[in-house]
Amino acid sequence: MSLRTPLRPLARILKARQKGENPDTIERENIRLRHEEMHDRSRLRAEGRLLVLGVFFIAAFAVVGVRMGVLARSEPAEPHASGPRNAIMAQRADIVDRNGRILATNLQTYALYAQPPAMIDPERVAAELVKVFPDLETDELIALFTGKRKFVWIKKRISPEQMQQVHDIGDPGLEFGPREMRLYPNGRLAAHILGGARFGREGVNSAEVVGVAGVEKQFDDALRDPANNGAALQLSIDLSVQASMREVLYGGMKLMNARGAAAVLMDVKTGEVLSMVSLPDFDPNTRPAPLIRGLASDSPLFNRAVQGLYELGSVYKTFAMAQALDEGLIKPDTIIDIRGPLRMAGFSIRDFSNYGKELSATDVLVKSSNIGIARISELFGGERQKAFLKTLGLIDPTSIELIEASRIRPLLPENWSELSTMTIAYGHGISGSPLQLASAYSSVVNGGTFVTPTLLKQTEVAPGPRVISEKTSKILTEMLRQVVVRGTASFGDVPGYAVGGKTGTADKAKEMGGGYYEDKVINSFASVFPAYDPQYVLVVTLDEPSENSGLKPRRTAGWTAVPIVAEMIRRTAPLLGLRPEVEPEGRDEVLLTSN
Amino acid sequence: MTEMVYGTVPTRDGDPILPRWWQTIDKWSLSCVLLLFAIGLLLGLAASPPLAARNDFEPFYYVKRQAIFGGMAMVALVLTSMMTPQLVRRLGVIGFAFAFVALAFLPVFGTDFGKGAVRWYSLGFASLQPSEFLKPGFVIMSAWLMAAASEINGPPGRIYSFILTMAIVLMLAMQPDFGQAALVLFGWGVMYFISGAPILLLVGLAGSIYPIGRFIYANSEHFARRIDGFFDREIDPTTQIGYATNAIREGGLFGVGVGEGEVKWSLPDAHTDFIIAVAAEEYGLVLVLVILAIYLTITVRSLLRLIRERDPFIRLAGTGLACMFGIQAFINMAVAVRLLPSKGMTLPFVSYGGSSVIASAIAVGMLLAFTRSRPQSELSEILSTRGR
Repeated sequence: MSLRTPLRPLARILKARQKGENPDTIERENIRLRHEEMHDRSRLRAEGRLLVLGVFFIAAFAVVGVRMGVLARSEPAEPHASGPRNAIMAQRADIVDRNGRILATNLQTYALYAQPPAMIDPERVAAELVKVFPDLETDELIALFTGKRKFVWIKKRISPEQMQQVHDIGDPGLEFGPREMRLYPNGRLAAHILGGARFGREGVNSAEVVGVAGVEKQFDDALRDPANNGAALQLSIDLSVQASMREVLYGGMKLMNARGAAAVLMDVKTGEVLSMVSLPDFDPNTRPAPLIRGLASDSPLFNRAVQGLYELGSVYKTFAMAQALDEGLIKPDTIIDIRGPLRMAGFSIRDFSNYGKELSATDVLVKSSNIGIARISELFGGERQKAFLKTLGLIDPTSIELIEASRIRPLLPENWSELSTMTIAYGHGISGSPLQLASAYSSVVNGGTFVTPTLLKQTEVAPGPRVISEKTSKILTEMLRQVVVRGTASFGDVPGYAVGGKTGTADKAKEMGGGYYEDKVINSFASVFPAYDPQYVLVVTLDEPSENSGLKPRRTAGWTAVPIVAEMIRRTAPLLGLRPEVEPEGRDEVLLTSN
Repeated sequence: MTEMVYGTVPTRDGDPILPRWWQTIDKWSLSCVLLLFAIGLLLGLAASPPLAARNDFEPFYYVKRQAIFGGMAMVALVLTSMMTPQLVRRLGVIGFAFAFVALAFLPVFGTDFGKGAVRWYSLGFASLQPSEFLKPGFVIMSAWLMAAASEINGPPGRIYSFILTMAIVLMLAMQPDFGQAALVLFGWGVMYFISGAPILLLVGLAGSIYPIGRFIYANSEHFARRIDGFFDREIDPTTQIGYATNAIREGGLFGVGVGEGEVKWSLPDAHTDFIIAVAAEEYGLVLVLVILAIYLTITVRSLLRLIRERDPFIRLAGTGLACMFGIQAFINMAVAVRLLPSKGMTLPFVSYGGSSVIASAIAVGMLLAFTRSRPQSELSEILSTRGR
């Protein structure tokens, strides 16, 4: 921009005055020029800006046109029809057993909802609906349909017959929303493992299915992850084994008048849980509500095999024995002094009956002598005992893939005293779940390597860290076999399958604390079969059993849990593909000198 | 030769008015307006029978009414476009004064026709929406003020026009009629932009839209409901937008056929705010694109013709009128395709409505008057200024 020219340049004014002209004309001329120049500038600016406006309008209209075109080309979508927007259908992956049989799948169903503004005759609709669904109330429906709400859910899941009946009502205010519902075709089988599912966020066209417990919750993200492309979750469970286990356990529980029961069948090499039953159980298709009052352990939702922490008793003797053997403190034929009662810190340890003055180490286990195992535990002491139990996974929560498991921490003595060491050696003063017991037994009988319990099918499992030597493992298994052959678990013998194991009868601790019940026990039997080449560990635990066929009620594991295990092995071993074999002879001579 | 130089025919005394008008008018825009009006009648045939049925009139009652109003509107349009810019300015300012007073007295004498906003005077045989007439008058008034401000020693017209704008916007927002308020604000903004608004100020204004919007959202339920409806991802199929979207989908490329449409039976505003949905359903995307093209032609052609204009007043007033016309059409159609929240704005010439069509005709008549070819003294100016 050029310098601003003065309106009255003195030189020109003076010149004009000399000539006698009016100097104001010069000023007027200059004002006119300046004015024109200004207009010129603003016109040039306006030209550019008008172009900008034009482009703006072209762009704006183009956007509307394109959007209009996109809309017009898109599929007309009825708000309720099952169109392409229902990508959520069949989204949750199935759950199958180790042989691919379905444990949980999805079923297409419909939810019923109402749009009161579109409803023609609310009173008739309400009356007709109550005929189809007797649990609805006519008055409540009319109130909903005539109220201010524009959208009302009526039923979350309806059957095809009900849907047809609602169709026949024929009111445009009633609509159906497609739903995917979770179906457990096997009902109560594996209920505690699967857990259950419910509807999460709900829309007209679909609803989320969310796992609420068990593997459904543990693997919720993976099951719902579209990236998995609906690949089924394969569990280690064997459905047919699970079915026969549950049947036998249910019968046994009734026969032994027990309040509850749990059974775990585990592969000793891989830690795969082939079957896990907890009774009483429930149907995951209609999962009951959690108890509001009383003990959670009384609810059928309670998984006794994983959540149930019990003082399991003599089944723990195996671990004390294993430790003493492995550390070379005793040999199977070492003579142990069992004179009793053994007094310690104002507490006396007694045996179930008098077994004489002394027993070999093997017979301490065979006869289940509390005094004997307490004496053995004195050899290694509390600190090493605790460390050893920790390597077996009996101190920490189990790592099994159940959402409930991680919160279950075994109860331990606050002060691991000498007395604690002795009582823990025979399974009192420490609590554990049947599942933990099964995996600890697997670790000591499988050749001595730690197993991690798992619910997922494993293809190849590298052996875990060594717990005890292979030799100790072998000796221990043979001892367990002797318990069945000539000890407390004689009912457990199943011809051809060389069952070994250890019984456990523990006084039941009061739920509210403060000592033990007089006449309530927990009976367990931890078995391993076949003893010459351990493949499986089977643990059965009964809550408050009492076998009443004799004159006095019998409450020892040998009378209650052991026969159940024997029946289970009889039924499931063939299903597991085990061939019954005559026991190889001559082994006893190598290992055992006594008897 | 003269025509070549000046781009127009020189005026001679005693020239016949009509031929002269015909020679200088923007014939493209004029035909586009007539075409639009015809399309409006055509769509009225489809969209208004349900309304007539609801109000117990014979099916084409509203079409006939619209034809009568349309005839009046065309006369108004032609008459207005024959005026000289000076005459337009004088009448526009007088009209503005009347409309302004009418708007101010709406809360006292107006009626809301049960729609929740007091926007109309009921005249018995017809209703009158003063804000429709206010808009062209307002543009003229503001353009005049701004043009005066660009003169040396002129009045501070921009400030005056801004105060005026704010007063009108406030009155419209009280009705509440945020659509018209936004339109008035937009019109003023465009004129201010063309008259040389500082770029920084424009950027600042654009930045202040969000906080102002938040404020209105928090304080007006009427406004908040519409915004909520807009941002709701799931289209509630029972809202106007839901019906409109479905109608456009149903229509596809070539429509479902004349008279076959369904949307007009469910949409209460099918004949006014959502007439484009009716067009899309019955005649398909093709007609919609034609309508879009017509509006675009009128707007952009007018703007291009105004680029050559040397008179600041004509330039500003023409720009304001053209942009308001274009943006109104744009908003109406953008609402139907869910690009903008629901506003309640008519589609000029196409939507049913007596005062709307006449006001639009006056506005476009003024626009046509401004865009008529006239001597621009380009050559003499080039010779006198840049030639030096």
